[in-house]
Amino acid sequence: MDPLNNLVTVTTIFVLALYVGWQVITKVPPLLHTPLMSGANAISGITIVGSLLSAGMQYTTLTTVLGFLAVVLAMINVVGGFLVTNRMLGMFKKK
Amino acid sequence: MLALTNFAYLVAAILFIVGMQMLSHPRSAVRGNLVGAIGMAIAIIVTLLQTQIIDYKVIIAGILVGSAIGALLALKVQMTGMPQMVALLNGAGGGASTIVAGASLIEAAGLNALGEGAARIQFLLFTGATGIIGAITFWGSLVAWAKLEEKFIPSRSIVFTGQQALNLLLFIVSLGLCAWIFIDPSNHLIYWALVGVASVLGVLVVLPIGGADMPVVISLLNSYSGIAGATTGFVLNNYGLIITGSLVGASGIILSQIMCKAMNRSLTNVLFGVMDATSVAMKADDVYKGKVKGASAEELALLFDGARKVIIVPGYGLAVSQAQHAVRDFSDLLEERGIDVQFAIHPVAGRMPGHMNVLLAEAEISYEKLKEMDEINSDFQQTDVAIVIGANDVVNPMARTDPKSPIAGMPILDVDKARTVIVIKRSLSPGFAGIPNPLFAADNTMMYFADGKKAILDLASAIKQG
Repeated sequence: MDPLNNLVTVTTIFVLALYVGWQVITKVPPLLHTPLMSGANAISGITIVGSLLSAGMQYTTLTTVLGFLAVVLAMINVVGGFLVTNRMLGMFKKK
Repeated sequence: MLALTNFAYLVAAILFIVGMQMLSHPRSAVRGNLVGAIGMAIAIIVTLLQTQIIDYKVIIAGILVGSAIGALLALKVQMTGMPQMVALLNGAGGGASTIVAGASLIEAAGLNALGEGAARIQFLLFTGATGIIGAITFWGSLVAWAKLEEKFIPSRSIVFTGQQALNLLLFIVSLGLCAWIFIDPSNHLIYWALVGVASVLGVLVVLPIGGADMPVVISLLNSYSGIAGATTGFVLNNYGLIITGSLVGASGIILSQIMCKAMNRSLTNVLFGVMDATSVAMKADDVYKGKVKGASAEELALLFDGARKVIIVPGYGLAVSQAQHAVRDFSDLLEERGIDVQFAIHPVAGRMPGHMNVLLAEAEISYEKLKEMDEINSDFQQTDVAIVIGANDVVNPMARTDPKSPIAGMPILDVDKARTVIVIKRSLSPGFAGIPNPLFAADNTMMYFADGKKAILDLASAIKQG
């Protein structure tokens, strides 16, 4: 794809995703705002995707070390986020 | 292969959106979280199949270490410590984005893959942006964590002269370094210098924010961690990252706004650590003298004879005295006597958005009894007894009646409209706003001066004996 066109495309995706996010999240009741935050944390661990590549392609020692650190941090986000959200949501019971 | 990978990221992003949508009701929320986790698993597996990956040892080590730390944090954390946990997670997200952008810069510069024209601008601009936002998120979150833990840093607002000017200077320097990356992209030390400057900025921007404003900061840093993820997506040209990052960014911004509104503060006001301490003229003595009625547990127990509707208003004082379970038993006791019991939750009752709901849900109080402010405010008029436990500013009627009050216009729970109000509090000391509360001196208010947990236990045994 032509680079300029690509930049426009990714920006379009960004703007539309912000809009979808706005719509979806305003419907989450205050009751669940804490799990919403920890759940959002979990999915923001999606940077794992970039860190896996740096850790695995082993371009230089430095990038491999950086990749390792990023994988660790992103996995803390992913595993910690999903688990703690699950733990909290399990507490919300009726009666 | 590239098309297939991008398609898999799209599927992951859709699962994240659906998962968040399912968070709109407690019934579907657990499954929603699972749907999100499946999306993440898909994204990770597809990435691992990429041909660029030549070795899995480092990856596996990283996954194991990160998962172990994450699981330990998630299973150990107390529900009262949830704001600290979220602060750490925000920081980890920001840190990961910063590092990924740095590693990508080294790789792209070395492999001559920076591209030309718009592609080059996109790559370098968003690398710089990720470095700045990610580093601010990482260090800002660590400072927020320390303030919440009250370790290393006091939780009060820390302000010094020239702070704003220094912050502005640091910001300009980091923009300058971002421009320098354009001139010499092969020297990655410039990027790390930028990260260093932004790190100092991250510490300095959170220092002036006081403990009471932490819910806003946590939400805002949540948003930053999402935005850092989205800018990383621009660096890597990864649609999945962009979509997900914007979702999280939007979520954090919405929550920050809700928190600001609930505290009657503007965002700039919170960020610069200014508290409108204008009209302190109102003296506590004028409000309280001769009007405050203290009562004993036995006297208060009589109020529940023939009562039909009771609303409990929990504040953070309740969590501090670990009274959640005692309150649950108390509410069960009242229900056994045919009294309708509900809980009125102010948006800033806890230390982060929705925190009080989690604390009460942990004590096995049915979520159907937890009512948000707008839903329950009209019910106070038909309420026989409202019990305020460890809350102050959020039930101060001056927000409604006195336009000159520092909390004028702040949304409050209309507790004063109940037939009788019991306020459980250790003393008449003011809340975060630093002002007296006429509710405590109202004709229909009885004060019970005690620690929240002890008070509830005493009240329960008095009712049982009565």
